[in-house]
Amino acid sequence: MTFAGWFTIVAFVVVLSALAFPLGTYMARVYTGERVFLSPIFAGPERFLLRIIRVDAGRQQDWKAYAKSLIVFSLAGWLFLYLVLRTQDAFYVPHALNPLGFHSAPANVTFNTVSSFMTNTNWQYYGGETTMSYLSQMIGLTVQNWLSAGVGIVVAVALVRGIVGRAPRQDGVAGKGIGNFWQDMVRTILYVLAPLSVVIAIVLASQGVIANFSNYLHVHTITGLTQTIAMGPVAGQEAIKMLGTNGGGFFNTNSAHPFENPTQFTNFFEMLAVLIIPAALIFMYGRMTGNRRQGYAIYATVMFMFLGAVIVAYIAEAHGSPAQHAAGLHTGVISGSGGGNLEGKEQRFGIAGSALFDVITTVTSCGAVNSAIESFTGIGGAVPFANLSASEVIFGGVGTGLYSILLYVLLAVFLGGLMVGRTPEWLGKKLEAKEIKLAGLGILITPLAALFCTALAVATKAGRASISEAASSAKLGVHTPQGFSESFYAYLSQANNNGSAFAGYTGLIQPNAGNLGSHGITFADVLGGFDMVFARYAPILFALAVAGALVGKRVTPAGLGTMRTDNGTFVVLLIGVIILVGALTFFPALLLGPIVQGLTGHLY
Amino acid sequence: MKPWLRDVVTSIIAVIVFAILLGLVYPLAITGLSQVAFPGDANGQEVYVNGRLVGSKIIGQNFGTPVLEKNGKVEEVKGAVVTEPDPRYFQSRPSATEGGPYNAAASTFSNRGPNSLKTKEADEENIKAYLELNKNPATKAEYDPGLSVGKIPVDAVNTSGSNLDPEISSANAWIQAYRIAAVRHLTLAAVDALIAKYTSGRGLGFSGEEGVNVLELNLALDRGGHTGRSPGSGANS
Repeated sequence: MTFAGWFTIVAFVVVLSALAFPLGTYMARVYTGERVFLSPIFAGPERFLLRIIRVDAGRQQDWKAYAKSLIVFSLAGWLFLYLVLRTQDAFYVPHALNPLGFHSAPANVTFNTVSSFMTNTNWQYYGGETTMSYLSQMIGLTVQNWLSAGVGIVVAVALVRGIVGRAPRQDGVAGKGIGNFWQDMVRTILYVLAPLSVVIAIVLASQGVIANFSNYLHVHTITGLTQTIAMGPVAGQEAIKMLGTNGGGFFNTNSAHPFENPTQFTNFFEMLAVLIIPAALIFMYGRMTGNRRQGYAIYATVMFMFLGAVIVAYIAEAHGSPAQHAAGLHTGVISGSGGGNLEGKEQRFGIAGSALFDVITTVTSCGAVNSAIESFTGIGGAVPFANLSASEVIFGGVGTGLYSILLYVLLAVFLGGLMVGRTPEWLGKKLEAKEIKLAGLGILITPLAALFCTALAVATKAGRASISEAASSAKLGVHTPQGFSESFYAYLSQANNNGSAFAGYTGLIQPNAGNLGSHGITFADVLGGFDMVFARYAPILFALAVAGALVGKRVTPAGLGTMRTDNGTFVVLLIGVIILVGALTFFPALLLGPIVQGLTGHLY
Repeated sequence: MKPWLRDVVTSIIAVIVFAILLGLVYPLAITGLSQVAFPGDANGQEVYVNGRLVGSKIIGQNFGTPVLEKNGKVEEVKGAVVTEPDPRYFQSRPSATEGGPYNAAASTFSNRGPNSLKTKEADEENIKAYLELNKNPATKAEYDPGLSVGKIPVDAVNTSGSNLDPEISSANAWIQAYRIAAVRHLTLAAVDALIAKYTSGRGLGFSGEEGVNVLELNLALDRGGHTGRSPGSGANS
């Protein structure tokens, strides 16, 4: 561990908070229809876009109408992306957009990929530079990077509207309206994602993230060897990939690839890009409730858990791995080297830059990686597991994080109410059986999907076929903790719409670049696809239903006996609830994989 | 129009409109802007020597030479050229990409688990190779008199994330400097000065780790004493 390493972590938290606060205020103004400084630029395009998609601006939808629009829109996006990817080789496209003439991936893998990008997961069984044409990356994957991020954000906004119940009364759904899905989507893209994304893309491009339509470079090295270097229009996609907590790499090795993340500075910058919106949304929530302290309480809760994860990961990775020590390596800091478990990590990011990045992209649903999670130490690797086990409440994906933790807040208020023996109230609204049931289901659905799929995958031969560790570990076959970890992580990551991977788990066998002769592993592809879709849309529906149930409720002023949700006591209660739910659901499974590995120096 | 039908029509139009705006206009605009504003960076920081493309500044390379079979043909295993490290050049970190090290057409993670025997064996193999490389073949003595297993920096034997890491640690470079100085008949101080010149600092002064760009360093060695940059390399750095 180094001073610079700890300083990086502190600096990150400070810079993030300083940037997220004003953005949160800005977003609150955007979603309550107030004028913001970008209104003169975007008000016209907003009206124009709404007119061409035939939406009556300002028409309020109740939660069911909102959900219907969301589902139909997602389905249309799914079909469009499937069409783009499956016709990669059939459609005529200019040479520059498919320079290597890549064919389409098999149908089963495409099913998985499309579900993955639609749900903001970006789980990738494929490697970008050996599978996707530039056209597919752009009009296919990049588009879903934007849209899936937008869908997450608008759900969070709708839930907050339901909680604060400030929906204007009109159109026969008086008092039931939670906003207009289409208008929210257009605003999210124009006012929030577009300006940030363009700025981030330009900064990244200025630092060495490539942006071109060139053919792959053919290099003759100074020692007489040849090297082929994959190219592509990376910068634009990289920006929205981080900003929208998507995480799907242009290249197979994602943000470890020098063309996606070229310098020490871009690493820091990309980490900020991932967390800025999830953090800002929490401040937005505080402002929209009319009591900023509500936001601070949630911010304190998630920051506490976030820092805990970072500290554990950094210490564990700086310590080095059993394999390194068994080989006789010294893993301490020496002059000119940061030491630590550098297996699967880039020199320029070092241990702190890799551990921090890893925590940031696993607490959110980003899933980008700048180092190989599979090569993290047992304890270091348990951290992403723990983060995923918290079901995206620690900042979480854009939007997803906020609506997930608000469901937990609801649960915590309920439990707190039981403890003090009063009807639970939240921001002046009485919580009743209906909301608690909906929130409970919304919280439990993700763990349920993850554990069900993992059990199915490790118990069946078809599922075990995907484990790479099994194929190579001749002695013990699939019964290594690493093999279990790979499978568990795969379905946990997909259920959480995260998309990061213990890279060993595969669903695509690809003997050559360009998909000729490649075939998918149907079991892993299809199970994963359903895992992602189910664990994305079921919680969205529950969150919207909660919004619908809360929006019409009468607000009563807080009395002496009202449990406050903006003080330290509540923060402790909320942390307790999150840890309790995560531990109760995932502890047995975690024991079998990463914890066993973390507790032993044994090699197998 | 029925409400659900209205949703379908709106969705179809919206997907098409967004696909054009976000999938074509946006990436084309960013790419066009980058090509104009940062042409060197946007095209991968190509490095040319005497008009020949010798690499990208930020993509690592294998500085090995092909191993020749007895009949003079280049030895290949599974289509990948077998190489041995060229002692005259600084060597990059180990790389486990398929089709030979540093295959930048297909980046991969190495998937080496922390408790895996395979990982330990790979580490041991890399340690052996590193010690062998930094040993004078004639005298069998280490070029760097202080070198032992416990002194090897981790980056020298562990594969990177992308397996295309363009940099090595300073500690790794300093050890290899002894070999380079001996093989190229340079003073150690001169080689160390070159290393310092091609060491990237931490981002903003604290982010990440310092690293030495292996390609730039090797090109500087070939230019022999001249430490000026080759035309076209790192125009925007």
